[in-house]
Amino acid sequence: MNRLAVFFGSDFLYRFRRDPVAVGAFSVVAFFMLAALFAPLLSSMNPHDPAQLDIMNSEIPPAWQDGGEEAFPLGTDAQGRDMLSAILYGLRISITIGIFAVMVQMALGIVIGLVSGYLGGKVDAFFMRLADIQLAMSTLMLAIVALAVFQAAFGAELFADMAIVMLVLVIGIAEWPQYARTIRASVLAERKKEYVDAARVIGLSAPVIMARHILPNTLSPLLVISTVQVANAIISEAALSFLGLGMPVTMPSLGSLISAGFEYIFSGAWWITTIPAIVLIVLILSINLLGDWLRDVLNPRLYKG
Amino acid sequence: MSGEAAAMAIPPHPASDPARPLVEVRGVVKHFDLGGHFLQRERPTVKAINDVSLTVRRGEAFCLVGESGCGKSTLARIVMGLLTPTAGEIHFDGTRIDGLRHKARMPFHRRMQMIFQNPYASLNPRRTVQQTLEEPLRFHSPALSDAEVKAKVEQVMVSVGNDPSWGNRYPHEFSGGQRQRISIARALMVDPDFVVADEPISALDVSIQAQVLNVMMDTREKLDLTYLFITHDLSVVRHFGTRVGVMYLGTVCELADTATLFENPRHPYTRILLSAIPRVSTEEMQPPGLPGEVPSAMNLPSGCVFHDRCPLANARCSAEVPKPLPQADGTLVACHAVEEGRETPGG
Repeated sequence: MNRLAVFFGSDFLYRFRRDPVAVGAFSVVAFFMLAALFAPLLSSMNPHDPAQLDIMNSEIPPAWQDGGEEAFPLGTDAQGRDMLSAILYGLRISITIGIFAVMVQMALGIVIGLVSGYLGGKVDAFFMRLADIQLAMSTLMLAIVALAVFQAAFGAELFADMAIVMLVLVIGIAEWPQYARTIRASVLAERKKEYVDAARVIGLSAPVIMARHILPNTLSPLLVISTVQVANAIISEAALSFLGLGMPVTMPSLGSLISAGFEYIFSGAWWITTIPAIVLIVLILSINLLGDWLRDVLNPRLYKG
Repeated sequence: MSGEAAAMAIPPHPASDPARPLVEVRGVVKHFDLGGHFLQRERPTVKAINDVSLTVRRGEAFCLVGESGCGKSTLARIVMGLLTPTAGEIHFDGTRIDGLRHKARMPFHRRMQMIFQNPYASLNPRRTVQQTLEEPLRFHSPALSDAEVKAKVEQVMVSVGNDPSWGNRYPHEFSGGQRQRISIARALMVDPDFVVADEPISALDVSIQAQVLNVMMDTREKLDLTYLFITHDLSVVRHFGTRVGVMYLGTVCELADTATLFENPRHPYTRILLSAIPRVSTEEMQPPGLPGEVPSAMNLPSGCVFHDRCPLANARCSAEVPKPLPQADGTLVACHAVEEGRETPGG
């Protein structure tokens, strides 16, 4: 493959290999991604299946502590769930929500950003004021209101079934302005270039020009904010779950594991909340470091904060 | 819209009346609104083009010259439909094309193409040369097979002096002159009748300028093209143009055949412009006597826009806008002094 050869010979890969922070961060993210992907193979039990839980196994400390058991390397929680399995499955849910929420943000942000940047005028003013209004309210506040209303209106049972979809939609819709603004800024810069005029002279319609000519030239800032936004979405999900508005305890994400363990932290069972928290912190830190590195490499001019 | 129906009826390449002018610009005005404060009674506007009329005949290389900011490029963009005129009409081969809707304009997109000033911005950096060149052809002739498209790309590339094997490379791999030739090739892909070139050589090295200019002249003869050539370089006009329009601050002050203009410039602005061409001569050069600077297009002078810098101006010039009047040899000159025959100083 020609493209593959180009990639291996590229400046991008060269700079990646020379940067230990980037290599480290990428390895950690890749490790967590693979662990999440292969969670059913790596874990000793399915923590979502109540039939596999034994209450007699509850609150067993990690294997290296007194009273720990080989079968539960990271200990168990209050319901007798193996913490390692719960973390792997929780990682799976957290990453899934993060990626899908970012896809929702990206879809909304690309369309709105392209349209307002390309058309300008009143359309632009409308969408950008809408974005300003939304940015004036915190994501978490919007999400809490939306999820609490949904929970109150449809009951906790339906909410538990729909939790993943709801979280993806709420986090996705709440953060579109980040994307829309970034895309719009690049579109404003690209729109003035003559290749856009050349496309108009050919007679191409506005949607074709936006999709085929302008969008490919705005991709590098998009890639950068995508990494940062995945991290943000995972954090938002964890925060909502911690507040009891996210994943139910029967299907815990990293956030709900932290939340569930929080009640036992003073009774000595520190591992239930601490270990998922460390996993979350390391994951987010690695994603953010990777994003920072990408930003510096791809286009130091286009993306700020 | 009745014009739309008429436009749709036109076949892609009609055998139209050769005597009819190909492009007519009638009374075009373009003002740019600068927004301003919403409480301001008079919003600031840039009066970029003020009542310009000209015709481009079939087969001509019509040159539009003038200083930076005089509205040459704006006029070119209006002709191409990239900007809409505030007032006035653009006719192409007998059909009014300004204000046509996207679909109705389609046959004209094929017959009119444009070459841009900056070869570093006019090619999409993410598309290969092949993709860039194929796009207009595939868009306008979707029925062509891949082999036919490839053959056409190769033929056009060769005709502008490019190596047809460049197809898989990206624009950043080429020099300015090579890019500009790719840009010319893109314009020629759809066999246009009319090409607008907006300062196509001003961003190039001097050594490359002549080469690109020659490519444009060759294609004009071979393909029977009509050019509207925007430039500020008078030596290029002399080399390339058949007719010239001289613009100053959004108005056309003189319109003449190239030879006539260089032999016998009438308008005082044209005279000063021609006297400013640097040349190698044993005589001591007269510094071109043009006092002051070009006034702002936001605040145009009353009457003739040139009156406050003109050596021949009088009271009438500052009160009344001069109309372009035909002279004995067909030249159009918009000047009260020329009309009244008081051409004493300057000469």
